[in-house]
Amino acid sequence: MAKSNGLMGIWDQEKDILKVAETFKNQGFKKFDAVTPYPVHGMEEACGIERSWIPYVTFVAGTLGLLFGLWFTWWVSAVDWPINVGGKPMWSLPAFVPVIFELTILFAALISVGTLFAACSLPKHDPVVVDPDLTSHKFGLFIDEKDPKFDAIQVESLMHDHGVEKIHKVEGY
Amino acid sequence: MESKSLIDGNKSLKDVTDDIATLVETPPGLKWLAMLIGAKTVFVFYIFIIGIITFTGMGLMGVNHPIGWGTDIVTFVFWVGIGHAGTLISAVLYLFRQKWRTSIARSAEAMTVFAVATAGIFPIIHTGRPWLAYWLFPYPNQRGPLWVNFRSPLVWDVFAISTYATVSVVFWYVGMVPDMATLRDRATGIRRHIYGALSLGWRGRARDWSHYEIVYLILAGLSMPLVLSVHSIVSFDFAVSQLPGWHTTIFPPYFVAGAIFSGFAMVITLMTLVRIAIPRFKDYITINHMELMNKIIMTTGMIVGYAYASEFFIAWYSGSVYEGYAFVNRAVGPYWWAYWTMVTCNVLVPQIFWIKAMRRSIPVMFVVSIFVNIGMWFERYVITVTSLHRDFLPANWGMFKMTFYDFGVLIGSFGMFFTLFLLYIRTIPAIAIAEMKPMLSEINHQEDNHG
Repeated sequence: MAKSNGLMGIWDQEKDILKVAETFKNQGFKKFDAVTPYPVHGMEEACGIERSWIPYVTFVAGTLGLLFGLWFTWWVSAVDWPINVGGKPMWSLPAFVPVIFELTILFAALISVGTLFAACSLPKHDPVVVDPDLTSHKFGLFIDEKDPKFDAIQVESLMHDHGVEKIHKVEGY
Repeated sequence: MESKSLIDGNKSLKDVTDDIATLVETPPGLKWLAMLIGAKTVFVFYIFIIGIITFTGMGLMGVNHPIGWGTDIVTFVFWVGIGHAGTLISAVLYLFRQKWRTSIARSAEAMTVFAVATAGIFPIIHTGRPWLAYWLFPYPNQRGPLWVNFRSPLVWDVFAISTYATVSVVFWYVGMVPDMATLRDRATGIRRHIYGALSLGWRGRARDWSHYEIVYLILAGLSMPLVLSVHSIVSFDFAVSQLPGWHTTIFPPYFVAGAIFSGFAMVITLMTLVRIAIPRFKDYITINHMELMNKIIMTTGMIVGYAYASEFFIAWYSGSVYEGYAFVNRAVGPYWWAYWTMVTCNVLVPQIFWIKAMRRSIPVMFVVSIFVNIGMWFERYVITVTSLHRDFLPANWGMFKMTFYDFGVLIGSFGMFFTLFLLYIRTIPAIAIAEMKPMLSEINHQEDNHG
C-alpha cells in the first residue's frame, strides 16, 4: 500500500475525537482516519466507514471448507482406498459429518483472520509511531494530504477549533 | 450486571494501561520465581517420565486387557474439558454480551490453549509409538496411499482437537494484537522489537477497528459451535462403541456440561492465585466476577448430577441386563470409592454456593474448585475404567492398577500446564487492555448521565 503523508492532531478525550471526526466528514473530507487505543463506540458513523465486508468472505470460506470436506471424505473412502468397514456403504455420509463440520469451521476461521490482516495491511514492518500514547490513552485524527480538500492551514485551524492538544506532521504513514 | 461493579477504583484510561502493562515490564518477584521453579521441576519430571515410557514401552503403564484405556485417556478427556470453559468465557459469553467476561477472558483463553496443548500429549503417549503420531492425519503417502478411516470416532477426534487447538490459538492471538501494539509503544530495545513483531505493526485506525471487531465477533460465533462439537466428539469415542456404560445417547450434552463445570473450577483456581500473586488485579477481577463464576459452577454441577441420575434411570428403564449391571457395578462394585468420590465432589460440594457468603469467600471457592477438579478427573476415571473392567463375559473381567508411571504422567501434566501459565502471565498482558477501555468509557457515560 502506498505510504501517505499528512497531519495528525492529538486529543485526550473520546468525545472530542468523535466530534472532530464528524466535523471533518461534514466538511467533505474523504482521506482521513481516526487512530484510537480501543474501538470507540460510534466511530464508524462519525468517520463514515461502511460496515465491514469480511463476513461475506467468511461465508464463502466456510462453504469452501464444507465442499472440500465432502469431496475429500468421499474421494478417500469411496474412490482412492475403498475398504469395506463393517458392511457400511463406501460413502458413509452421516459418519463423515463430524470431519466435514470441523473443516468448515477451520476454513472459515483461518481465512477470515487472513482477510482481516490483509484488510488492515498487516503485518506492517516498522510502522510510523506518531505518538506512543495513541495505543494507550490518546486519540488521533490523521488527514491525508492527498485529500482533494486538504489545505494545511485550514486543517490546522479546524483542529484548533476543537481544542487539539498537539499537531504532528506525519510522513510515510 | 452494571459495568460499574466490574471495575473497582476510579481508573483513567492511562491507569488501565499502566496497571496491566507494568506486570510484563517489571522484573518478577520472588513469589512468582518460587512458583515457576516448583512448576518447572514437575514439568522436567514429566518430560523424563514420558521419555522413559517412550523408550521402554507402554508396558510401564497400567493399561492391559481388559482395561485398554487408562490414565492417558482419562487425563486427556480431563484436560480437554478444562479448556472448554476458556472458550465459553471468551466466545459464548461475548456473544451473549456478558460484560463481566472481559477481565477474565484473556486468561481463560490462555488456559484453553495450554489445557488443550497438555491434553494433546496424552493420546500421543497412548499410541505407544509417539514417533508415528503423524499417521493420525490423512496425507498422501507411499503406503498405498493408505488413508485414515473417516468412519472412526478416533479420527473425528483428531480433527476436532486439532481444529479446536488451531482456532483457539488464533482467537487468542487476534485478541492480543492491539495489546501487543500498546506494549510495543511503551517498550525500548529488544523488547520493542519482539512486541513490535507480535503486534504485526498494528496502528489502531478506525477502519482497522471496524474490520477487527467484525472478525472478533465472527471468531466468537465460530468458536461456539466448535466448542460444543469438540466435547461431543470426545464423548463419541465412548458412545459410538457397544460397551455397556458407554453406549448411551446422553453422552454429548453430559460431557459438554461436565467440561464447562470443570473448566470454570480451574478458572476459579487460577484467578484466586492470580489475585493473590498480583494484588492490583483485584480491581479488575472483582469478587463480583468470582461470584458469577461460582453460580455457573453450581448450575453446571447440578446438570452433571442430573446426568448421573438420568443414566441410572435409563439403565433400569431400558431393561438391558448388561446396561443395568454396569451401573449397579459402578455404585456398589469394586470401584464404589471412585464413583462416590465423583458424586461427592461434583454434586454435593458445590451445593454450598447456595449461600451468598460462601459464593463470595475466596478461601471457600478455592477449596471447592479443587474438589471439583478432583471430582471431574474421577468422573472420567469412572466412565473409562469401571465400564471396561466388567463387560458382557465374566471371562473378560479384570481390575486396573495405576503404576508409578501412571501417577507420573498425571502429576507431571500439571507441571506443564502451570509452567506455561506462569510464563504467560509475565509476558502477555493478562487482561485485555483494549477490551477493558470501552467498558471504562461506558462507566464514565453512566456517571455523566446520573449527574
